[in-house]
Amino acid sequence: MYWLALKMLFNDKAKFFGIVMGVTLASLVITQQGSIFVGILGRTFGVITDMNYPDIWVMDPKVQFIDDTKPLTDTKLYEVRGVPGVASAMPLYKGMIRARMENGLFQNCNLYGVDDSTLMGGPGEMIVGKLADLRMADSVIVDLEGATDKLAKPNPVKGGPKIPLKIGDTLELNDHRAVVVGICKGSRTFQSQPNVFTTYSRAVTFAPRERKLLSFVLVKAEPGENLDELTRRITERTGLAAYTANQFKMLTVNYFLKYTGIPINFGIAVSLGFLVGTLITGFMFYSFTLDNLKFLGTLKAMGTGDSMLMRMILLQAMAVGVIGFGMGVGIATLFGVSMRETQLAFWLTWQLLVVSGGAVVIICMLAAMLSVRKVVALEPAMVFKG
Amino acid sequence: MSTAAPAHSMNPAASARGLAVRCRNVVKNYGTGQSVVRALRGIDLDVYEGELLMLVGPSGCGKTTLISVIAGVLDRDEGECSVFGRDYAQMTSAQRTRFRGETIGFVFQSYNLIPTLTIAENVSVPLLLNGLNRHEALRRANDMLAKVGLGERVKDTPLRLSGGQQQRVAIARALVHEPRLIVCDEPTSALDHETGHRVVELLKSVAMSGNRSLVIVTHDNRIFDFADRIAHMDDGQVDKIVGSAKELYGPNMQPGSPA
Repeated sequence: MYWLALKMLFNDKAKFFGIVMGVTLASLVITQQGSIFVGILGRTFGVITDMNYPDIWVMDPKVQFIDDTKPLTDTKLYEVRGVPGVASAMPLYKGMIRARMENGLFQNCNLYGVDDSTLMGGPGEMIVGKLADLRMADSVIVDLEGATDKLAKPNPVKGGPKIPLKIGDTLELNDHRAVVVGICKGSRTFQSQPNVFTTYSRAVTFAPRERKLLSFVLVKAEPGENLDELTRRITERTGLAAYTANQFKMLTVNYFLKYTGIPINFGIAVSLGFLVGTLITGFMFYSFTLDNLKFLGTLKAMGTGDSMLMRMILLQAMAVGVIGFGMGVGIATLFGVSMRETQLAFWLTWQLLVVSGGAVVIICMLAAMLSVRKVVALEPAMVFKG
Repeated sequence: MSTAAPAHSMNPAASARGLAVRCRNVVKNYGTGQSVVRALRGIDLDVYEGELLMLVGPSGCGKTTLISVIAGVLDRDEGECSVFGRDYAQMTSAQRTRFRGETIGFVFQSYNLIPTLTIAENVSVPLLLNGLNRHEALRRANDMLAKVGLGERVKDTPLRLSGGQQQRVAIARALVHEPRLIVCDEPTSALDHETGHRVVELLKSVAMSGNRSLVIVTHDNRIFDFADRIAHMDDGQVDKIVGSAKELYGPNMQPGSPA
């Protein structure tokens, strides 16, 4: 009977196509908009992901997200180093700086100053040059996005493509000369500004004068140390906030979720996708059931029980659900792949697939429920009514 | 209550066999209070094994309600109705559904073939309901379609067939699982005279070969000659049970005149 249920569905091509399109639309909108949403949120903590050295980030307790730096006195670094369980603690400067380019234009950049001696906290993956070259005079490392786009040199030929920065090129950072010694790979940031890495001591000379300049203390825990316990201990001993990398990411994400309109905008788009998908699928599926009501009544009269009819309808709903979900996710993935070289944020996670799949299941169940109610209430005697 | 005594006009050959259907004082009402419609007002009727009984009468007299009660797709309000000794009132809903699937074959006025399935798939439905696997069900459906003269069309969908051919498919579907009772609702009303005649001829020859019982609701007096007995209904009661149309309408009855 399940085989007949599927044949009834697949052979009614117009209705089948309509129902699948409804599910596909919902799945596509939820997956695609969800992926962009996750991609944008991912950019807010891209630096935390890229900087894979620290186990724990220590900062002023009032810091709300990665870009919300509240400088500490340098003595805090030594206080953190004195906490039991801390294997090493390195300073990190993070601030905004204005770069002046060869054509006289200015570009705001994220400036990171990493520990002079160990260079810990520096970029995780170099494309050109070596991290150790940061020990050279006036040296900086620029991320690929910055080197090829916002900090790239203008082409002498009018209308020609920009000329990417290369090793040996110079920049002017807050009236200080800086020499590019490397190009690194890095996640695009939320504001899409170039990331520039240098040593801590050089960063504080580049940075505008402030009384305190230490943004974060990057902590590596002793092997086997419980990180949650260590964060609690650092907070107790220093009065500073301490987060594991994942906790700091969530702090950053929660700030953007709470204080920006991003979730509302994407939430509306996703809700609309769900709503429209539910309406189209529900209407088309119900219409498909109504079209077949006479035949379902006939099956009922001929000895098909309500539970079998319900299972047949659920199977039909799940079949369109699986096909529609596959098509929706497939189209969303193609969209993401085709946009990989653009600035579009797109991050399709397995959790998003679960959410999208769950939404499709709900849509199919709602659609099937309407039909099941109709079929269960159906009197088999109706088959004799012409 | 019907004035017709069930045994009164009994076909002697049929009465020698067992009872297929036994209805006693069957009452069915639709609606309640002032708007109640008394569809069946105490029906007494027997149908014997191997018998073809036609239920005739004017529109609204309760024929369809009675056949629905006999087929177990409609609950009666009062009285007793048993099919091959099994009383529907004593069965659970699931038992009744299973009993219908095993014991009763249906032929409908508008065929009720599923248009998105091939005719072989349509005919295989009762077999699938009775637990046969798809392969075996299709094989037997093809055999039955061959018996009704549609062996070459098994892969066609119903909409590619004429009305008469569709009704033959419906007959094949009603018979394929070898039910003991076949109920037919106006099987010829959508067909021309010649086709209708052929369909009932086929129905009788194929269905009756297995000592099955047939109950046919019809207005079509052109097929009355196929009946072993004719039960005439009026106003929710069986008022006459006769052996031929001439007994019912007199010697001057013309084929095609209203029944």
